[in-house]
Amino acid sequence: MAAKPQLVCPAGSLAALKAAVDNGADDVYLGFRNDTNARNFAGLNFDEKSLVEGVRYAHQRGRRVLAAINTYAQAGRFADWTRAVDAAAALGIDAVIIADPAVLDYAAKTHPAMRRHLSVQASATSYEAINFCRDKFGIQRAVLPRVLTLAQVENVIRNTEVEIEVFGFGSLCVMNEGRCWLSSYATGESPNTVGACSPAKYVQWEKKPTEMDVRLNGILIDRYGNEENAGYPTICKGRFEVAGETYYAMEEPASLNVLEMLPEIVRIGVAAIKVEGRQRSPTYVAQVTRNLRQALDAVIAAPDRYSVKPAWAAELGKVAEGSQITLGAYNRPWR
Amino acid sequence: MRNSLNLPTIPAFALPPLIARLGARLPQWPHSVSLVLALNAARKLGVLPDETLQQIEGRSFRVTVADTGMVADFAYNGGSFRPIFITLDKPDLHFTARLSAFLQLVSRQEDPDTLFFNRSLTVEGDTELGLRVKNMLDALEWPQLSLQGLR
Repeated sequence: MAAKPQLVCPAGSLAALKAAVDNGADDVYLGFRNDTNARNFAGLNFDEKSLVEGVRYAHQRGRRVLAAINTYAQAGRFADWTRAVDAAAALGIDAVIIADPAVLDYAAKTHPAMRRHLSVQASATSYEAINFCRDKFGIQRAVLPRVLTLAQVENVIRNTEVEIEVFGFGSLCVMNEGRCWLSSYATGESPNTVGACSPAKYVQWEKKPTEMDVRLNGILIDRYGNEENAGYPTICKGRFEVAGETYYAMEEPASLNVLEMLPEIVRIGVAAIKVEGRQRSPTYVAQVTRNLRQALDAVIAAPDRYSVKPAWAAELGKVAEGSQITLGAYNRPWR
Repeated sequence: MRNSLNLPTIPAFALPPLIARLGARLPQWPHSVSLVLALNAARKLGVLPDETLQQIEGRSFRVTVADTGMVADFAYNGGSFRPIFITLDKPDLHFTARLSAFLQLVSRQEDPDTLFFNRSLTVEGDTELGLRVKNMLDALEWPQLSLQGLR
């Protein structure tokens, strides 16, 4: 029997947290209702009351709750980030997911008993960087950016005792994760500074009889025909004219889906598999968690007999961004 | 398969175009009135969070059901939802979908982003207001007791 990775699922609301727990998540990750997390969208995330109830609901059922405090502390406002770390500890959160080294240092010194996970926003892709964070801040887990091939992930795992978490399903970032300036270029705001990529106040969808335009702060980023699937309004997934040709010049709108390579991911010793999507509904959380739970249990039970069930692939394909799926960097031939 | 509210599965369907042509000729105010009654009932049950309601004060909304020709215009003013009887030039937020997509959305059978990606749901106007309303609807925890009472 193979080692069993944890299934880490997103929650933007208490209803989504319950959907994750009820459908088989081992861990649920969430954020406070402010810019200390990278999904700081209007009406999303947890206030104290819903957090208390969420932690109680998960713990009663033997699951863990992780708090993403994964944006970079802004100059002069460091206390907002330390307050979030203190609140997580007071609420009985099982681990904090942090990118900023100063916030990591504060968490390690002030709440040494609370687990610390290195956020994907820290953009640590080498075992050297991960081991440095282990030595400095005592991190127990690192979330790898979605830029490594499976062989590269395996190499990281072989050279560190820090638990490695990888993404298993959901929308992708452009291959510059945690260091991307595209949203800042167009709007002056980015996930690491205000907690949102392409903040909604800059997004304009305009429906016309035969097409739909989407603009980010006035910049046309895509034009969809009436039958064409849409994606999130981010520059990386826009279509642009390059050398006389208009196409997805950076990446296509598609969701990562590792169903096909799940046995390999388990074999190389990944400690946790993460589902992206705190911005999405409890319905999505239930659909994705349920299908990945079944697939993961099938791999654990009998990795050699594993095959992707059409029902899993159909449901995950349906909820994917742009209704398209990809294996992302995991299987790209080039380095 | 059933949705999370344990209601029967709703298939994706489109009503014949004739219905939309006829529906569009009918008076639209009854739709606005019935939608507003339902929203105010939810508000009085305490299902809609006060924080979000305060943030949508004074904003106008339009819901268009493409295949029935139904258009409902309403606003949230002075602490309650009110129908709008004059046709708005441009509401602050406008949702358009077919009847089956709205039913799938309300019954939590489908995720709003999924419906948006596959173009079953269109959102126009103030995107931030749209996100706020979407997140409010997503976060709703329907009281189990009252739903069980309905069955």
